Amino acid sequence: MSDRRLRMGSVAIADAMIDAGCRFFAGYPMTPFTEVLEHMARRLPEVGGVCMNAESEIEAVGMAWGAAATGTPAATGSTGQGLSLMQESLAEITLARLPLVVLNMARAQGDYWQATRGGGHGDYRHLVLAPGDVAEAVAVVHEAFTLSATWRNPVLVLGDYYLAHTARAVPSNGRAPGATPAAPPSWALTGASGGTGHAKLVSFLGSVKQRDDVGYDLAAHYTACAEHTATMLRAVPARAEVGSTEDAEVVVVAFGTPGGYVRAAVQALRAEGVAVGWVRPITLVPFPAAEVAAAARGAKAVAVYENNTGQMLDDVRLAVLGAAPVEFIGGLSLDSSGFGIAPDLDVAVLAARILDVVERHR
Amino acid sequence: MTGATGAGAPVRSRGTLVIDVEACKGCELCIGACPPGVLSMTAGAVNGRGYRYPVLAPGCTGCRACAQICPDFVFQVYKYDHPGPGGAGGEAR
Amino acid sequence: MSDDRAAGTGPGPAAVDTSAPPGAGAHLVDDFTPALVDVGAHHLCPGCGEPIAVRGLVEAIAELGLERSTIAVFGIGCSTAFSNNLDVEVLQALHGRAPSVATGVKRARPDTTVVTVQGDGDMVSEGLQEVLHAAARGERITCVMLNNGVFGETGGHMTATTVLGQRTKTSLDGRDAVAHGRPILLADLVARLEGAAFVARCAVNTAGDVARTRRMLRRALETQRDGLGFSLVEILTMCPTGWFVDTPAAPAYLADHLGAVHGAGVLKDLRAEPPS
Repeated sequence: MSDRRLRMGSVAIADAMIDAGCRFFAGYPMTPFTEVLEHMARRLPEVGGVCMNAESEIEAVGMAWGAAATGTPAATGSTGQGLSLMQESLAEITLARLPLVVLNMARAQGDYWQATRGGGHGDYRHLVLAPGDVAEAVAVVHEAFTLSATWRNPVLVLGDYYLAHTARAVPSNGRAPGATPAAPPSWALTGASGGTGHAKLVSFLGSVKQRDDVGYDLAAHYTACAEHTATMLRAVPARAEVGSTEDAEVVVVAFGTPGGYVRAAVQALRAEGVAVGWVRPITLVPFPAAEVAAAARGAKAVAVYENNTGQMLDDVRLAVLGAAPVEFIGGLSLDSSGFGIAPDLDVAVLAARILDVVERHR
Repeated sequence: MTGATGAGAPVRSRGTLVIDVEACKGCELCIGACPPGVLSMTAGAVNGRGYRYPVLAPGCTGCRACAQICPDFVFQVYKYDHPGPGGAGGEAR
Repeated sequence: MSDDRAAGTGPGPAAVDTSAPPGAGAHLVDDFTPALVDVGAHHLCPGCGEPIAVRGLVEAIAELGLERSTIAVFGIGCSTAFSNNLDVEVLQALHGRAPSVATGVKRARPDTTVVTVQGDGDMVSEGLQEVLHAAARGERITCVMLNNGVFGETGGHMTATTVLGQRTKTSLDGRDAVAHGRPILLADLVARLEGAAFVARCAVNTAGDVARTRRMLRRALETQRDGLGFSLVEILTMCPTGWFVDTPAAPAYLADHLGAVHGAGVLKDLRAEPPS
């Protein structure tokens, strides 16, 4: 049933979380994430869920961790700085094999490395989804909860200031709010297995109960986690929006909100007969390397536009692997607030930069 | 009732222990915790891990202090049903 | 039957045979390992007080019949040795971070009994913010602190509860008020927060204290069960290794040093019945 309503991105994302089954949310106010927390605080109790305004980001992710361990679909989020605080917990939640949806409403696009490499310690990976607009964000949120539950692994949704504060008329999709959540998975803690001789354990140090004189075996646990991660990264399909790349001389790669501006700039140049195309990664982990490589085949150059000093640039270079020169046409573009209100986010500005690359590689 | 009574007098034990000697780490917390003072550490005998361990003298009251303070769960504590004077359940062996 | 008793105790009756159960005419009053602790050795130091405290906790849980609803959230420290060998459900948290994780568990599943097991370094150094916020919020959880005044697991370093004069590897001449500041008396701090419903401090250095500790733990769990708010039981435990003392001297050291500063007693009790 469609309920298309004009909603701010933050509100649409929060509604999508609830529609996807989220029944626990914890967060700390920070721009431009705050409105998601506000809306969850208002709506979650209406569907029998819990929203906690934690006293710090570290406590927010801790609360979400506890809820997730009980099998309750849970989420948390912040902006980049808050995500920085959460990193130890995010790494260990992954090693504890727990589902969790994490939202970064980022300022500009400088959190690409934090999101895709993971800012925490050790060998762990999150799946990362980067919606390009409010409608796609709604879909991506649903996907995030499904992927997270399927793989028992945190999934990061990377948004930005524009996404948070742009209003679009979007439908909800998925289950109606208030639908009965599925029964908790077999690994989830409910207390009930206590005293049976087989009490459950959820631990980032391992899942094997002590036998004889053996404590935790971190070597065995980390190896098993690494194998699981490799399986997950092979199995989850990478995804990108690809446009007019078949005969493109220059292919432009961009993610998130700027991806839409690149699309518009490329389409404008095509209308003038310039042979250009674009690739907009939607999954950042796994990165759509095959799509980028295919688009680069036959191109004279690949251009990367992002609102940072060059982060996704590395992944594009790895995907292209020398088949064509890779040029950076992005950069820091901020207003004095630092929130990424980018003066350069302008179709004409982008078109000029792309045309410059075309002309230099004629 | 302490274990050090006059020669020949049978000491009444209201309880007794099973001591898991191999589990002991020789910390001696039980010695100080025993109200009748009927536990003492071996002088030279050690268990398989090289620790001295407690031995029990007559006079145990079955109060469980040793079991409750032992960090290594070394003790099983029993109480005699009918400790009697010189009876089978209560006399020192 | 061995008669090899320590020299100096004088001649006395022969030792009792403790190699096997007594057979007919006697009944078991205390088994080796508590029912909710998996049988098997831990590798904590000889004379460590933490297993004594953990025993008290699981016995209190069993006494109240809460084993099928309990989720224990463990911090990181020596007591982590017990996180994967209990017969209650366990969720392992990070150093200092158990209270927020426990909050999430309890808020998501209010019908469970949620306890944390944390050391003093965990709760009062790294995690001071977490326990104070959980107490202020009146979270219906029971936080248990095993306080030996040192970071035991890393080898014996100063924590926020280490007392003045106490020698540790990071206060080799003894904790000094000017150089290192003064200890935090956490139970006293928490008792001042309105959300805290039951706050007690006890110890495991004598058999009497061990029994009192179990009673405090039971009352804390009752506080949670009855929905009265946050409960904290701070248990002073022996750490002969961290204190540089022989194991038989640790109980007295606890009383003379840690116990002299971190005073035992019930600091707050909002339950209806008067304390027994």
